[in-house]
Amino acid sequence: MSGPLLEVEDLSVRFDTDEGSVHAVDRMSLSLEPRQVLGVVGESGCGKSVTALSIVGLLPKTAKVTGSVRFEGLELLAASKSELRRVRGRQISFVFQEPMTSLNPVFRVGHQIEEVLREHMNLSRAAARQRVVELLDLVHIPDPARRAEEYPHQLSGGMRQRVMIAMALGCDPKILIADEPTTALDVTIQAGILDLLRELRDRLGTAIVLITHNLGVVADIADRVVVMYAGRKAEEAPVGELFAHPQHPYTIGLLGAVPRAGAAARNGRLQEIPGRVPSLSELPTHCAFADRCPRADEQSWSEVPVLRQVRPDHAVACFHPGEQ
Amino acid sequence: MSGDAQPVLEVEGLVKHFTVGGRVGGGGRIVHAVDGVSFSIAPGEVLGLVGESGSGKTTVGYCVNRLYEPTEGTIRLDGADITHLSRRGLRPHRRRMHIVFQDPYSSLNPRMTCGQIVGEPLRLHGLARRRGVDARVVELFDAVGLRSELRFRYPHELSGGQRQRVGLARALSVGPDLLIADEPVSALDVSVQASVLNLMRDLQADLGFSCLFISHDLATVEFLCDRVAVMYLGKLVELAPREELFARPQHPYTQALLSAAVVPDPEIQRNRRRVVLEGDIPSPIEPPSGCRFRTRCPLEHESAPRSTEEEPPLVDVTGAGHLVACHLVRRGAEAPRLAEAPAELAGAADH
Repeated sequence: MSGPLLEVEDLSVRFDTDEGSVHAVDRMSLSLEPRQVLGVVGESGCGKSVTALSIVGLLPKTAKVTGSVRFEGLELLAASKSELRRVRGRQISFVFQEPMTSLNPVFRVGHQIEEVLREHMNLSRAAARQRVVELLDLVHIPDPARRAEEYPHQLSGGMRQRVMIAMALGCDPKILIADEPTTALDVTIQAGILDLLRELRDRLGTAIVLITHNLGVVADIADRVVVMYAGRKAEEAPVGELFAHPQHPYTIGLLGAVPRAGAAARNGRLQEIPGRVPSLSELPTHCAFADRCPRADEQSWSEVPVLRQVRPDHAVACFHPGEQ
Repeated sequence: MSGDAQPVLEVEGLVKHFTVGGRVGGGGRIVHAVDGVSFSIAPGEVLGLVGESGSGKTTVGYCVNRLYEPTEGTIRLDGADITHLSRRGLRPHRRRMHIVFQDPYSSLNPRMTCGQIVGEPLRLHGLARRRGVDARVVELFDAVGLRSELRFRYPHELSGGQRQRVGLARALSVGPDLLIADEPVSALDVSVQASVLNLMRDLQADLGFSCLFISHDLATVEFLCDRVAVMYLGKLVELAPREELFARPQHPYTQALLSAAVVPDPEIQRNRRRVVLEGDIPSPIEPPSGCRFRTRCPLEHESAPRSTEEEPPLVDVTGAGHLVACHLVRRGAEAPRLAEAPAELAGAADH
């Protein structure tokens, strides 16, 4: 296969609200190779979910989206509704954070998966039924035929997330976008879901965009990592490189802020990032991290750092990159 | 922190059952939320209570704080039995313990300023009057790292981390002997979590209160706690000093929990063997007979049929306060290992 499956270039998203505009995403670029797991990491409000939603045009009408999102040569931002409908749910599908609210409580889960299959694949009712059972089996739900007849409230959180993944995989998508798929789940259940995602990538070759705030999840499953801050990309590198040689002070801060099981730093302190995430109401004309950064200097306050490569395959948007 | 001092909190055989579905006069089904939990907390000690959703850890916290009345068992605070005290009877004890809730968005009254919220316990307990209240509030704001002007703001004007600091200031305003912290950082962003955890550790070291720290996150518990209790489906399965628990976890559930927690280091994370538990936590309405963990235990076959017939008691396996409730763990015998020893992980995480 040649070239990336999905290419996002200079994507900007602005919401115009009564209190002025909010620049949720600013000139974001991503590229996703087939079979790749791309981790997008950041804290709340960094624009990671908005980036994902804008890829498939799921943002509300108030959003002003500019830039380009190309999927296999098709420009999604300019695509017509019917073109988009052929891609969304079929080629690119979504798994959301809340397995509680993303299933319809009044329909049996089997019926809900069936609906997706019939919409996109033109399957007969009987064929769709059978496929539902296959899918539930694929995501390791025990006794799939019986589970398909149950309502969402009869399933546990982990089971519901598996149903969501089964639904997303129904049409053999090339890309699965998973927005915090394990955040609402317990760790032992999370471990199972991560194993499942890995298995699906290996068996079906699905490329995955994994959006998360959890660096541990990224360390577990991602091939490549993008760190976002205040609507922009702060750093991007293959996973091993990023964790071994983080360059952006924000990435370094995030890594130091996580208490680690088994780490010796028990009597030490966790690294804090002073201050708070800036408001996105106006585009800063300086480095968005400057007010929280120990390395900030005059240049940081007067220019916006552009993304540049500082090590092989490792880009960072900072004037003073480096480990420590 | 001497072992002989009277414990600040003693919980003995705590049971809390809820009835669901029935009509007036009974007939409902019983949820066995907490089913016989005992532990104590020494002065100045931080005890971590870890478990997944549905384990009953929050219910234990609410019973200790008497937001729930226990079904059975006793709770002693500074030696006084508070298990069945009335609201009025509890009042003098209320200033000895305080709780910080998980969600800083819903646990602060939106119609009060942050200063009023923090000052309220002071007024109710008659610990300060008029100007004195405000002076104390300023001190408390300072102690939790909030600018004192913020006391005139309403909770919605503050960020999540700031709100949690307000909750902490309110809890500490009465100078409690026991702080109950129910997942105080899990609703916060990573970088904010770090500062709240650092703050809690500093305050605990300065003020010396005891703390029941309830969390699902092992790494956080390891950072903050002296001893750790692990709960599963309403029971304690393991209780040990921190180093001991993380270096030599005994109960298969504790081992699974430790191995499932993700480590933010790809090299370690990808090279460890995980114990993936089958299935989900069973319903507390009909908990499994015998050992409650048996339906998910990878070693169930080794202890069957005892596992279905007998409930494993919590026994001290080292003689030094490492308590485990498992049929396969005996004093003097090594516990069965499910994954590589977490000690190796600790070594690898150091550099």
